[in-house]
Amino acid sequence: MGRENFIEVDRISFSYTREQGEIEEAALDEVSLSISSGEFIAVVGHNGSGKSTLAKHLNGLLVPAGGDVWVAGMNTKDEAHLWDIRQTVGMVFQNPDNQIVAATVEEDVAFGPENLGLEQELIRARVDEALAIVGMSEYAKAAPHSLSGGQKQRVAIAGVIAMRPQCLVLDEPTAMLDPVGRREVLDTIKELNEKEGITVVLITHFMDEAALASRVMVMDDGRIVKEGPPRTVFQEVALLRELRLDVPPIIELASRLRARSVRLPEGILTVDEMVTTLCQLRSGA
Amino acid sequence: MSIEVRSLTHIYNDGTPFARVAINNIDLTIDDGEMVAIIGHTGSGKSTLVQHFNGLLRPTSGSVKIDGVEIGQKGVDLRTIRRKVGLVFQYPEHQLFEETVWEDVAFGPRNMGISDEEVRGRVERALRAVDADPSLAQRSPFELSGGEKRRVAIAGVLAMEPSVLVLDEPTAGLDPRGRQDLLGQIQRLQAERHLTVVFVSHNMTEVAQLADRLVVMHRGEIVMEGPPKQIFAEGEHLQTIGLGVPDMTALMQRLRAKGWDLPASALSVEEAEQAIMAILTEEARVGAGADV
Repeated sequence: MGRENFIEVDRISFSYTREQGEIEEAALDEVSLSISSGEFIAVVGHNGSGKSTLAKHLNGLLVPAGGDVWVAGMNTKDEAHLWDIRQTVGMVFQNPDNQIVAATVEEDVAFGPENLGLEQELIRARVDEALAIVGMSEYAKAAPHSLSGGQKQRVAIAGVIAMRPQCLVLDEPTAMLDPVGRREVLDTIKELNEKEGITVVLITHFMDEAALASRVMVMDDGRIVKEGPPRTVFQEVALLRELRLDVPPIIELASRLRARSVRLPEGILTVDEMVTTLCQLRSGA
Repeated sequence: MSIEVRSLTHIYNDGTPFARVAINNIDLTIDDGEMVAIIGHTGSGKSTLVQHFNGLLRPTSGSVKIDGVEIGQKGVDLRTIRRKVGLVFQYPEHQLFEETVWEDVAFGPRNMGISDEEVRGRVERALRAVDADPSLAQRSPFELSGGEKRRVAIAGVLAMEPSVLVLDEPTAGLDPRGRQDLLGQIQRLQAERHLTVVFVSHNMTEVAQLADRLVVMHRGEIVMEGPPKQIFAEGEHLQTIGLGVPDMTALMQRLRAKGWDLPASALSVEEAEQAIMAILTEEARVGAGADV
C-alpha cells in the first residue's frame, strides 16, 4: 500500500531499549508521513520529541519495530536494498567534525564515490561537481580543520551529494554554527532543493529555518501533532507555546495586535510583511 | 567582584610566521554584580578575551585584574583566581568524564582540600541551582539528554562557588526549551548570589533579554559598548560588521523609516506592541473626532 510516494512512512513505532533490557518510552508512536519527490520538509520539535529518530528511519539507519518505511518503493526492512536506500537518501548530522574523515577537502568528498567503486575520472567529476554546488571549489586542496564551521558543514554536504542521492536528510545541521555559517548552509540547502531538485528533510528547532520549507511537521512525544505550510502552522501560537517551541516574534506580535482588535490578516511571517500590512492599515487602504 | 582589562593584546603563535593578533589593545571594565554580554562573529576575539579572565590565556601585553589582583603577576596563585572566576567553555558537556553526575560535579571541590561534608553541600547546591533532578545524581552523565549534560557541566563550575561566572556561548546547540531554562537559571543565579556574569553569545534575542550591557567585538577590537537598547538603535552599524538586530528592533526601524513616530529600538514583543498600539489608538481617536 501507499508506495506511490517517493518516501512513505506507514504507522511506524520505535523504542530505544536500555542495556538492562527495560523499554524506554516510545520514541516514535505510530507515525505516518508521505514525502513527494522534490519537496522541502521541515521537522520541528524539542529534544526528545522523536524528530531525530524519525530522520534515522528515512535511510534505514534505524528500522521500525512496527510499521514500514518505503523509499522509492523499497522497504527499509529489506536488507538486500539497504545500500540502494542509503544511496537514495543521504544523511547530514549536527557536528561536521564527526563527519569529515580525510586530510583534504577533495579526498573527503571523494570518500563515498570511491567506495562505490567508480572509475577515477568519474570520481573526479563527481567531486568537482559536488564542491561547485556547495560553493567550496576553491577549497578543494584545503585541510578540513582549517575551515570554518559553516564551510566544514558544506563539505560534509558535498560528500553526501557526491553520492547523487535523490533526498537529503539533515539533522540539525546548523545547531553548532554561528549566524554566518548558518546562512551559508541554509543557502546551500535551498539551492540543492530549488536548482538540483533534491528532496530535503530538514530537522531543526529554529523556526526561521522551518519557514523555508514548503511543509512543516511539528513533533511531540513521538507523534506528529501538527502539519501544514509554515504560514498555517506558525499561526498556532498557543500550541507552539505549549510545546515550548520558539514562537517567531513577528507572529507573536501579530497575534497580540489581533487580540487588541487590530485587523491584521492571517499569515504574516516576516518583518517586511508586517511593515507593509501596518502601513496599509494606517493609510486606510 | 570586578574585572579590569587594560590595553590587552593577545597574539597567537607570537614570534612565529603563524602569528595572528586575536585581540588588539582592549580596555574594558566589568563591575561587581553586572551581567555583560560579549557579541561578535566567530573570529572576532570574544573567546580569546574571556579566556584571559581566569588566567587560561596570558596577555601578550597589557593586564587583567580580578578584584584588584593582576593575573600573571609573581606570587598570584592561579588556583585562587580560578576559584573566584568560573569559566564555562563552549560545549562544556564534552568535558564530562566521571562515572556518575555526582562524582563529576564533586571533582572540583574535592581538589580544594575541604571536608567531605562541605563537598556534599556544594554539590547539592550546584545541582539545585541548575534545576537538575536529584535522581540524576547517581546516573552516568553520558546517559543524559543534551540539555541535562550541559546543566551538569555548568554545575561542576558552580560547585567551586565562584564570584564571577564566565560562559562562552552557553546555549549553543540547545533546543528552545533547554535554552529558556538555562537562561532563567543564569538570571536567577546572578540575582540570588550576586554573581558577576559575563557571557559570549551571537543570539541577539538572548542578549536583549539578559544583559545589562553589551560589548560588541569586531576583528579583535571593541567597536561598541552600552545598554542593549542603545546598541540596537545603531542597527546599521551592526549590520556593517555582519551582526543583526532582534526582529522587534528591525521592525521599529523599518516603520520609523516609513514615518511612524516610534522609539528607535524595542527589545521585546510587548514593547513593540505597546508602541504600535499607541500610534494606532491615537490615530483612531483623531480619525473618529474628524468624522464628527
